[in-house]
Amino acid sequence: MNAFQEIGKYSSLLYQALRSSTEIKTYRKSFFQEMVKIGYDSVPIIMLTGFFTGSVMTIQSSYQLDSAFIPLSTIGAIVSESILIELAAVISSLVLAGKVGARIATELGTMRVTEQVDALESMGFNSVSFLVVPRVLAGILMFPVLYIVACVFGVGGGLLAGIFTGTVPVADFLMGARMYFTPWTLIFGFVKMFVFGFIITSISSYKGYFATGGAEGVGTSTTEATVLSCMIVLLADFVLAALLL
Amino acid sequence: MIEIKNLTKSFGDLLVWEDVSLTIEDGETLAIIGRSGCGKSVLLKHINALLYPDEGSVLIDGANIYEQDYVTQRILRQKFGILFQGSALFDSINTFENIAFPLRYFTSMAESEIKDTVMNALEQVNLENVHDKETAELSGGMRKRVGLARAIILEPEYIMYDEPTSGLDPQTSDEINKLIINMADSLGITSIVVTHDMHSVLDVADKVAFLDDQKLSWHGTVENMRKSGHEALSRFVKASEYQI
Repeated sequence: MNAFQEIGKYSSLLYQALRSSTEIKTYRKSFFQEMVKIGYDSVPIIMLTGFFTGSVMTIQSSYQLDSAFIPLSTIGAIVSESILIELAAVISSLVLAGKVGARIATELGTMRVTEQVDALESMGFNSVSFLVVPRVLAGILMFPVLYIVACVFGVGGGLLAGIFTGTVPVADFLMGARMYFTPWTLIFGFVKMFVFGFIITSISSYKGYFATGGAEGVGTSTTEATVLSCMIVLLADFVLAALLL
Repeated sequence: MIEIKNLTKSFGDLLVWEDVSLTIEDGETLAIIGRSGCGKSVLLKHINALLYPDEGSVLIDGANIYEQDYVTQRILRQKFGILFQGSALFDSINTFENIAFPLRYFTSMAESEIKDTVMNALEQVNLENVHDKETAELSGGMRKRVGLARAIILEPEYIMYDEPTSGLDPQTSDEINKLIINMADSLGITSIVVTHDMHSVLDVADKVAFLDDQKLSWHGTVENMRKSGHEALSRFVKASEYQI
């Protein structure tokens, strides 16, 4: 299948999902289950990702900016701004493409090749409404929440790394963090996570929903879902930065 | 009544079958037979529009299922119960919930009614004590029977069996065949059985449709099948007997 056919099929699935999003009774229960799986279950890995990203940034920045002419507050500014505007969203999304995207593609792919999707359709269910809509909606809603977690742990990790390595005092770090902060940075981060949540869950749902060929086919779909999600997230990151900043 | 009219299906360049026409009367049990890969299951999935043909139509009680809007099509699909080849049980929920699944979404039954209905269905398939088992814990024969219980839970007018005895030992196959006969007799359901198991055909079917050489090669009653003089059909039947 060529790229144009793939885009057409993906768009058609999204159109079906949009049309069937009014069938709330069909997907209400699985929507809440997906919010837990995508959001709550991802908190630990996002905490770790954020914390170590912030920590490493502080240590590396203090190493690179080790000069009497550069105030220590600059490190706080660099770390917090980088976390809020870019790293909390992008690194978290790349991790979530592996965790959430792979799970969605595998689940739906297995359901497809074991005829569970056909079973749903034959009972009179709208399988897109039942399987795709709750996953995409939960992704759109939970990714921004995970962004907050990543920001808190990212900046917190940076602050703690400064304290424990003795490179940046708390007061300097916080002064730097406040110096360049604007609410737009956070809004931009939320917009990015909203878009990335949609990209990862919809691409993974698409790859899983149309999986073919047994266990090997599910494996291929999962790999494609993860790789494609990561690539589109990076592309979308560039486009959003170009458009909104 | 189900009327299949001039159905043709290809996957890319591969022609599965062409110009298949067949009528399935209410209350009868039709067996669709043929060699592996001849498109029996594909034909089955065309009957309730899980797949679409290149040409032709399928009329369910007079309504062409392919020409209906999606909502009407889903209502027509609810006239069917399907026992899938691999049973297609949802592996994220247990046996009870699998059978209760359609009841929760398509009826306004109270929990106590759902419980009674599910237990009744399990009793009909002789599996009273597995309601709390996870689907992974069920044997192949049990999975088929749970799949059958789920297929009949909304009291369909038609039931389709896709290779109901494949992968089962002869004794369990015999039990499944008895269940198919029992469903047809006690519930008056019109049944379509896709199989290449001639034991099953002789046990359960009133009529037989034989797919061969990319077309519906022969169809008629089970009694007429042996004396049909149809070369490919005779070979198929004889090969099955030889395996016995």
